Amino acid sequence: MRVAACIALLTAMAGAALAAEIPLDQRRSGYSFMSADTKAMQDEDTDNPGMLSVLDGETLWKRKAGTADKACADCHNDAHVSMKGVAAHYPAFEKAFGKPVDLEARINLCRTNHQQASPFAYESRELLALTAYVAQQSRGVPIAPGDDPELAPFVEKGHALFMQRQGQLNLACANCHDDNWDKKLAGSAITQGQPTGYPLYRLEWQALGSLQRRLRACITGIRAQAYDYGSPELVELELYLMSRARGMPVETPAVRP
Amino acid sequence: MANSEHTRRTFFGLTGGAAAMVIVRPADATPAMLSAAIRNVVGEANVRTGKVKLEIPPLVENGNTVPMTVSVTSPMTADEYVKSIHVFNEKNPQPNIGNFYLGPRAGRAQVSTRIRLADSQKVTAIARLSDDTFWSATADVVVTLAACTEEAI
Amino acid sequence: MPSALINVPKKAKRGDIIEIKTLMSHIMETGYRHTASGDVVPRDIITSFTCRFNGTEVFRADLYPAIAANPFITFFTTVTESGKFEFEWIGDKGFSETASASITVE
Repeated sequence: MRVAACIALLTAMAGAALAAEIPLDQRRSGYSFMSADTKAMQDEDTDNPGMLSVLDGETLWKRKAGTADKACADCHNDAHVSMKGVAAHYPAFEKAFGKPVDLEARINLCRTNHQQASPFAYESRELLALTAYVAQQSRGVPIAPGDDPELAPFVEKGHALFMQRQGQLNLACANCHDDNWDKKLAGSAITQGQPTGYPLYRLEWQALGSLQRRLRACITGIRAQAYDYGSPELVELELYLMSRARGMPVETPAVRP
Repeated sequence: MANSEHTRRTFFGLTGGAAAMVIVRPADATPAMLSAAIRNVVGEANVRTGKVKLEIPPLVENGNTVPMTVSVTSPMTADEYVKSIHVFNEKNPQPNIGNFYLGPRAGRAQVSTRIRLADSQKVTAIARLSDDTFWSATADVVVTLAACTEEAI
Repeated sequence: MPSALINVPKKAKRGDIIEIKTLMSHIMETGYRHTASGDVVPRDIITSFTCRFNGTEVFRADLYPAIAANPFITFFTTVTESGKFEFEWIGDKGFSETASASITVE
């Protein structure tokens, strides 16, 4: 019964014409779709398992690494001061590459260039912890990426990917997250896909995870081949989603079902 | 963990399943295992309904992390207190969830934790009081499935 | 690199009943999952949690695979004097972690 309903809804979505982007005053964080119990997990730091990674990140921030034998803190000092608001501006344009990099990639660039250490693997405990620690310093800060005019073509690429139907279900991100965000899919609320709290603790994962992991899961969900971690497509999608969420406060580390 | 993977597998099968799902379907805890686990705690004693309050959402968004609070009506004095609280489930691979040992100095007989429920099922909390009587409460929980899931491992 | 989050009030009045919240990072691998190649992922859980106040046990728990990852446990205790709460988590594969928190009774 549930399976039938699920397919019917997805088919309905696939057939519908794309609506416009969500009006600014109707944008809602994934938080607002959650049950009171799940909200409570995010509301109190001592209840939020994502804070365990933030604590790990604080330890890593102060730990010397690489042949340079430098810690993040040796250059950036107190993260509470130096990293405040930083995550709200990512992905940011990296001149050396001529393209945007997300916060995880920025941390790894710092590791390879300045600490002369090997980069952390995507979704590794260390990379998630440092990213969460840096991003948590922006909690409450309005999201504001893409001010650099050089980013504009990449925001457009991300937007195009968001609107692009793909996979066996022939769905675009927009079919669910622009057009049907007030509905449900099986028992779950369809959210607007606002990336306000990454890295975040997902109950499904029972762990912290990045926005790239969430995007890959969504793409797998529509039965398409997920882009590789670090691929330009994922960074462009991240960039578009952040520009779409402009002005919404950072919630890292958020909790989501 | 999630036994409810079965329904997901059906869904994936019907839609052509691009993702390689790792399906784990261990034997559910049987009613015999559940009653054995309870007997292991209470022995031959009679378990009465009452005094215990089991707070758990009737409908949960994800069975991997379900908040649960058990409280017991007790004055929590040196003469009259709660010794322990034991929580069981019906359909996970194992019937036990947790045992919590307190005493009069707890002041308030209440514990909270987060549990895993592999499927929609009953959860039972049993309290052992200082006079070695046992009291219980049971709740039904419906576990919904996430619409979009990824590989388990 | 396990982390713990402990919430104990810094101050209380003698006789107050306080709530203690604890969160410990741990995967709580159930032992019921398999890898893509069919091998069982061995059980790796925290099996025991203990809280002592000035050396005396005030709360203890046995944990099973049905406890969610990153175990969150809250309970209550009556404050009698100033001192130190010590928390201990013990589990599979030699897991053993401790944390502590002090309270001043006015």
